[in-house]
Amino acid sequence: MTSKGNSTDRTGRLRRLGALVRKEALQIVRDPSSILIAFVLPFILIFLFGYGVSLDTTRTRIGLVVEETTPSAQDLAASFRASRYFDVIDGHDRREFEEALVLGRVRGIVVIPSTFATDLAGRRPAAIQVLVDGAEPNTASFVQNYARGVVATWAAVRASETASAPVGIAVEQRFWFNPELASRYFLVPGAIAIVMTLVGTLLTSLVIAREWERGTMEALMATPVSAAELLMGKILPYFVLALAAMTLCVGLAVFLFGVPFRGSLVALYGLSAAFLMPALGQGLLISAVTKNQFLASQLALMSGFLPAFLLSGFLFEINSMPGPIRWLTLIVPARYLIPSLQSVFLAGDIWSMFLPAIAVMAGMGLVLFALAARNTAKRIA
Amino acid sequence: MAEPVVRIENVTMRFGPQAPALRGVSCVVEGGITGLVGPDGAGKTTLIRLMTGLLLPDEGRLSVLGLDTRGDMAPVQAAIGYMPQRFGLYEDLSVAENLDLYADLRGLASSERAEVFERLLSFTDLRRFTGRLAGRLSGGMKQKLGLACALLTKPRLLLLDEPSVGVDPVSRRDLWAMVRELAGDGIGVLWSTAYLDEAEACDRVLLLNAGELLFSGPPADLTRQVDGRVFRLTGVGRGRRAVLAEVLGGRGIVDGVIQGEAIRLVVAEGAQERDAAITEARSRAGVGAEVRPTPPRFEDAFIDMLGGGPGGRSQLAEASPMRAAGGDEAVIEARGLTKRFGDFTAADDISFSIPRGQIFGLLGPNGAGKSTTFKMLCGLLKPTSGEGRVAGFDLRRESAEARNQLGYMAQKFSLYGDLSVDQNLAFFAGAYGLAGPRRRERIALMKEVFALSPQSGISAKDLPLGFKQRLALACAVMHDPAALFLDEPTSGVDPVTRREFWTHINGLVEKGVTVLVTTHFMDEAEYCDRIALIYRGRAIALGSPDALRASVACPERPDPTMEDAFIALIERSRLVEAA
Repeated sequence: MTSKGNSTDRTGRLRRLGALVRKEALQIVRDPSSILIAFVLPFILIFLFGYGVSLDTTRTRIGLVVEETTPSAQDLAASFRASRYFDVIDGHDRREFEEALVLGRVRGIVVIPSTFATDLAGRRPAAIQVLVDGAEPNTASFVQNYARGVVATWAAVRASETASAPVGIAVEQRFWFNPELASRYFLVPGAIAIVMTLVGTLLTSLVIAREWERGTMEALMATPVSAAELLMGKILPYFVLALAAMTLCVGLAVFLFGVPFRGSLVALYGLSAAFLMPALGQGLLISAVTKNQFLASQLALMSGFLPAFLLSGFLFEINSMPGPIRWLTLIVPARYLIPSLQSVFLAGDIWSMFLPAIAVMAGMGLVLFALAARNTAKRIA
Repeated sequence: MAEPVVRIENVTMRFGPQAPALRGVSCVVEGGITGLVGPDGAGKTTLIRLMTGLLLPDEGRLSVLGLDTRGDMAPVQAAIGYMPQRFGLYEDLSVAENLDLYADLRGLASSERAEVFERLLSFTDLRRFTGRLAGRLSGGMKQKLGLACALLTKPRLLLLDEPSVGVDPVSRRDLWAMVRELAGDGIGVLWSTAYLDEAEACDRVLLLNAGELLFSGPPADLTRQVDGRVFRLTGVGRGRRAVLAEVLGGRGIVDGVIQGEAIRLVVAEGAQERDAAITEARSRAGVGAEVRPTPPRFEDAFIDMLGGGPGGRSQLAEASPMRAAGGDEAVIEARGLTKRFGDFTAADDISFSIPRGQIFGLLGPNGAGKSTTFKMLCGLLKPTSGEGRVAGFDLRRESAEARNQLGYMAQKFSLYGDLSVDQNLAFFAGAYGLAGPRRRERIALMKEVFALSPQSGISAKDLPLGFKQRLALACAVMHDPAALFLDEPTSGVDPVTRREFWTHINGLVEKGVTVLVTTHFMDEAEYCDRIALIYRGRAIALGSPDALRASVACPERPDPTMEDAFIALIERSRLVEAA
């Protein structure tokens, strides 16, 4: 290219990159909106999920119908009444509660049938019936799960008292890792994904679009800076900023809300760094195509924030989504991050799960970076 | 140097399906200062971007510093200094941080840095402000910083895209002196401008119109084309606006503008046509009028080259009712207007009054307090003390009544960019309370007068600059106001469109409308009946353009221009303050 040696080229590149990163860092520090998104928002999200939004059903009102008066049936009924998850109204017939269930005055009906004691005594699987409102699947599944929990506890206590092997009661499920079923434990990894999406995609696309709007991009492009240097100059600062925001989230969750952290920091940062590749790539691509702050923010919210919220398994179970939507989630990077992060918090390092997730996210990131670089050729039109 | 700095061969550039932005342009840029002039949308910015390599031509080729722009531009870009229209500064970085950034990007060695910064900071007089954020600098200071950033590694080609838009005459003169000094060092400078007095001072000029190169060469060569065709019509007195409108309608008149009490005319080529035009003009001007030849300026030749000015007829004024002359009471009045922001006094005890049917100009450097005074008078800003009156209404107590009497055109484009031309007109008609047949009538008139009908469905933000300004003026005069407030209405607008503007304003004033205007164009100051020069919050001079010019005349400068007067009066005020 020129007569300059390779080493001079490299120092020139490094110096230009350093200058761009320093410039970006100064702008971040001086721009209230970056600080707001990167450091105030994590506080809000974590507090919101910590206190405000709870998917737990503490003291849910249910109707309890006991169809027989045997001691074991009464004993189980007493366990329901004593449960701190339920507020029990007694009845003699499930029909008494049907209307209340429809109106939402009770969230479920538990029926201990007349065959309960006989089945138990006959060592046949004894069943109790739980009626829930399928229109509210979250609440319904919690009532169901808590009911199982009550029954399981009761059976275990009874087994130890009678010194006999636990009898077959139709409750098989156990809750690993989150026996208290505290939904905040599940929500924290989601909150982290949201914050990193906002910093990586929304903030990044906004700042580049702003450079186009203010005419500074044109001035930069007329200098010897290369397109790759321009992109790296944006990626590095926001990568660091997003990791800082993530660290803040984790710190708040662990130290303030006592969310367990059973995995390693290596796994946490490795997964987060891999997730930031597609997040930043998406931000770069959006701003390179739109060059307009308003449009960039709309696109970033639609294509980054909302999928991370709705299609990542954060709020809604992916397995219960309709087929086409389930396939759609395959291209949402947060979908790969969230289950892995949940493991980091609640279970520990499961590298057989993390490595494929990291590989998929990094692959998505590389594709997006390549697209962004192609659209950021050093020409204006 | 055998090879010119830039060689452009047969370049054509298209954006979308419209007429090409540039059509078969061939020219060269050499050392010294080359002026790039032409109306809005002529293709000036496109041509500059082509030279930076940020755009590639559809046809033809450009070579910059001997290298084709289609190839690797990095070595060329290292040798180019480019200042885009908005200076390319980071407003949230300080002066020093901006310089550091561009020094690193342009590869200025650290060993030279201290010395280069020192030289540029004293050159631009920015040393006192190194810690200040660029966003908090005045327009003139931003412009100097933009220039400093483009000059860090001494470029071989300096490209300046309208560096002087919205900048006051003092800063403009400073900038010009700096660039002149650089050109002396052998740097090739391309200076795009809407100010034709700047173009006149360039070594060579490229004149673009609608994508075509009309002229390339020393400005004096172009000016020579109107030799013997430029005249001053004097002795027309108070009726000069009406006379100008009439004279422009005559045969053989190419261009005409007001210069204080006189009228400047450019007549058509050919001895016969010239004599006929002069005789006609003299007879229209009435008894006592005199016509004398005057040396031509570049602007005369520029308008001539573009086929003449827009004529003197204002359909807008013709459709406006004559306002009954109601004595001599003032329509716009400032009484001791003072505005303080904290311990900073932006406007200090400013008083003047404007009688019906006059144009009053507020002039002054950036940040002197013009806009503050202006905003207090149209009720947008509450004075700390003093009062403003419009059409007899106190702006403080009867602001609604006062505002119904005034039309306001803001400095920045203040229409709804996402609404179409029609929707903007309909909205402002509603905002001014026009209804029924009168509303339809006025909207139809505005569209006809400003030739907006073909554009009626286009979003306002997509209009060319000249049409945006027309639409803004249409919205301001829609309700036929008694007083018109124009805040830099022609900033960045080319000379032809500016003439059209003033034709309307002159016509309205003849019908009894009163106008308050701010401007950085000194030739527009000539249209005013009286001028207040605002400096550091105070009115340091007040009088007619002729009187202000006469007040600074001296043996070395017997016939000062308006710009000379502006600068001399400010210098004088500085000396008084220092003493």
